[in-house]
Amino acid sequence: MQLTQLLIFLILFPLIAAFFLLIAKKDVERNWIVKLSALIIGAVSVFLLITTYNKGAMLVSVIPAEQTGILMFVLEMLIAVYILYLGITYKKWLAVALILVQTVMILFFELFYAHGVHVESNLFIDEFSLIMAMIIGIIGSLICVYSLGYMKFFHEHHTEMPDRRPRFFAILFIFLAAMFGLVFSNNLLWVYFFWEVTTLCSFLLIGYTKTDEAINNAFSALWMNLLGGIAFTCAIIWLATAGGGMLGLSDLLTTGKAIALIPAALIGFAGLTKAAQLPFSSWLVGAMVAPTPVSALLHSSTMVKAGVYIIVRFAPIFQSTFTGYVIAMIGALTFLIASGIAISQSNAKRVLAYSTIANLGLVVACAGIGTYEAIWAAILLIVFHAISKSLLFLATGTVEHRIKSREIDDMTGLIVRTPKIAAMMIIGIAGMFLAPFGMLISKWAAIQAFIDAPLGFLFVIILVFGSAMTVFFWAKWMGKILTVTSDGKNIEGEVDKSEWAALLSLAGLSFVTTLVFPLLSTVLLEPFLLFNYGHVARLSQDNIIIMILMLFLIVLLPLSILIPHRKHRHLAPYMGGRTTTQDMRFSGSLGVQKKTVLSNYYLHPYFGEAKLRPLGIWLCSALIVIMLLATIAKGVIL
Amino acid sequence: MINIVWAIVFVLVAPLIGGLIAGIDRKITAHMQGRVGPSIFQPFWDVGKLFEKENGVVNETQIFYAICYVIFMAFTGALFFAGGDLLLVIFALTLAQIFLVLGAYSANSPYSFVGAERELLQIMAYEPMVILVAVGLYVATKSFSVSDIASSTVPVILLIPGIFLGFIYVLTIKLRKSPFDISTSHHAHQEIVKGVTTEFSGRSLAWIEITHWYETVLLLGIVYLFFAFNPLLGIAAIIIVYLLEIFLDNTNARAKWQFALKSSWLIAVVVGVVNLAALYVLNGGVS
Repeated sequence: MQLTQLLIFLILFPLIAAFFLLIAKKDVERNWIVKLSALIIGAVSVFLLITTYNKGAMLVSVIPAEQTGILMFVLEMLIAVYILYLGITYKKWLAVALILVQTVMILFFELFYAHGVHVESNLFIDEFSLIMAMIIGIIGSLICVYSLGYMKFFHEHHTEMPDRRPRFFAILFIFLAAMFGLVFSNNLLWVYFFWEVTTLCSFLLIGYTKTDEAINNAFSALWMNLLGGIAFTCAIIWLATAGGGMLGLSDLLTTGKAIALIPAALIGFAGLTKAAQLPFSSWLVGAMVAPTPVSALLHSSTMVKAGVYIIVRFAPIFQSTFTGYVIAMIGALTFLIASGIAISQSNAKRVLAYSTIANLGLVVACAGIGTYEAIWAAILLIVFHAISKSLLFLATGTVEHRIKSREIDDMTGLIVRTPKIAAMMIIGIAGMFLAPFGMLISKWAAIQAFIDAPLGFLFVIILVFGSAMTVFFWAKWMGKILTVTSDGKNIEGEVDKSEWAALLSLAGLSFVTTLVFPLLSTVLLEPFLLFNYGHVARLSQDNIIIMILMLFLIVLLPLSILIPHRKHRHLAPYMGGRTTTQDMRFSGSLGVQKKTVLSNYYLHPYFGEAKLRPLGIWLCSALIVIMLLATIAKGVIL
Repeated sequence: MINIVWAIVFVLVAPLIGGLIAGIDRKITAHMQGRVGPSIFQPFWDVGKLFEKENGVVNETQIFYAICYVIFMAFTGALFFAGGDLLLVIFALTLAQIFLVLGAYSANSPYSFVGAERELLQIMAYEPMVILVAVGLYVATKSFSVSDIASSTVPVILLIPGIFLGFIYVLTIKLRKSPFDISTSHHAHQEIVKGVTTEFSGRSLAWIEITHWYETVLLLGIVYLFFAFNPLLGIAAIIIVYLLEIFLDNTNARAKWQFALKSSWLIAVVVGVVNLAALYVLNGGVS
């Protein structure tokens, strides 16, 4: 069957690419392998879309399940041994303890329950998986291509670090394979296996540079995700015992809440750890030590998206349950608090990290509420966030190599100094918060979804505050980039072609997806919602036309600069009557020449990390405990 | 449904009405201060004069942002008066406002920079309340569409009085009236140079002034929506609200941004939670 072959190809092909990347030592070979593989993965993903978009949900059951299961079990054990070895080497006892607990649980399951489990179909595909596959296949492979140029530059300028690029690129592709596996798996044991592989890959990528900071942050990412892994294992064991061995995702979602709620809550918890929701947000912020393409990959198309994917998958179970509402509240508070913290951050990558955490919070809030409108908003958020965020990370990475800084205040006047990359960055930022771009459409959908849900007004109120803070931190960054400095020199220089290819494609995608999102909605989202919820959500025709009109205005207006205009007299900025030089220097007291330096507002006393993070950690930890206790209590009573 | 005729009427007529309101505003303000004040047509002469001035700029991009500001503000107002989606109107309003902020940033001047940061603080202060207005109107009338809300017979003001008061509070920020004229002001005496508009002059400044007129008409239109079940009451409400703003403007000195932000947010949370919760209970658990 063609579909089976396509799905297996997408899971296995990146592994083959990874193998060749591991043995290829020359730059030329690596360039070819990465570019070709990325092209093939992207093309096959699109082909999959074209052939299956109108077929609805399909199960695939022709794979020899038993042998694959044994293979996965062996690989899981090898991963456990490897993590154990690294944990002991670096004396990270928390990670060691967690991996031991998890391994014992898995062994326990395999010995006593595994034979009782039988899942008819191990793989499946539906519209949501298809959308995720597009994100992984297109954005993920673009990031791999970008990494070629970035990592070359990185090692030319960080000669103190060992050049471990073969390994780096191999892990990138294994990551893609695991993500494909995760979104195509129907068997929860398979989902779990791929889940653990993504944990391992992110751990290895974060620790890539092997500095003390990198190692510490890698282990902190590891233990938080292992905690999620343990919850996942609990869910599997619960299903194998109390659930009668029902480990198929499609069966589980149709059985109803009585059986599925407890495993859904446990897997939801695992999703919260992976999606870096409070109190687990610190691993994603710590992951910033890794080379920038890794951040782009973790934030846009892999890892955190696996977390929200699984929560959105279980949304029908969460809908109008107490468990669902608590999960939604964790997401909403994460959105609010992370947006606040982002205001106080001056480091561009940290702003991006907190913005990711915030937007994932919004997705989790939508999924926890679980109505068809909320799920519509959630999936749109996942799509648009992936595009804009990857673009922003990659643009930041390219800028970083030119200005040697990640500070936003150092990005003053990028529009003069690196005009083309600055334009990419502006498209990315506009995509994150301005009408008529994608993220704003999604937030709009979220407001509508919340207000129509029971008790939704509480979530709306949280959303409007979070979104106001979003406007603040994005706009001040945008303003810094667009400042026209009179002494700015163009330092853009030669940007690597692979970097350009990725940046341009993503910028193009931002516009195209905004333009064709009604199509995305009717072709993929509406059938998915109709099948799972019996209702469809969409934007009215009028609004779509107005949004398209706005998009055209935004595209056309900058072209007005090309129209010849009258000469204007150029004046120096007003400096209170002081004489200034061309580069904005003025004579201070005692005749000292001073340079005008303008720094953004970060409002530390109000939005500082030290103030808001503990608050978020306590609130959300308490909510998680309440959620788990309430779910278990309910399950036991039932 | 979108009504194109109303959109065109707004684009053509709103500057005239907005300018007149500004003129009357100045006249009343003058009387409050014991002065005679200029003619009510003075704002038009002022703007006309700005158009005749030599165009001095720090850099050309400023003109671009000023033009975008006026275009998107006219677009926003047109969308509102054509009966479009209120949430989309609010998002378009934010977009327009961001162009002014970017124009101020682009000049790289300390005064306009501070103005830009303060303008963003103000946006952050009023935005939650403004979106809650749309949400409140939706809960009261079951529609986000301005044309549906305007033709609704539901006495909206009785259902969401709290949200109305909250909106009046942030309206002071939006109309750039004291005590919340933090990023730029029409009063010379309390201005740090000219805040967000410091580096704009000539034509660009004239466009920004016209944009302000568009915005005033749009905001008063939102006031009307609370009383749309009775048009006469609506117009009376607009007049009373605007007189109140003039009164506030003349009896208050500029507040610090901390106060503007904290008080606006506090009010938005309180009226938002109380009013929406009350409606939720009234509707029997269905919002």
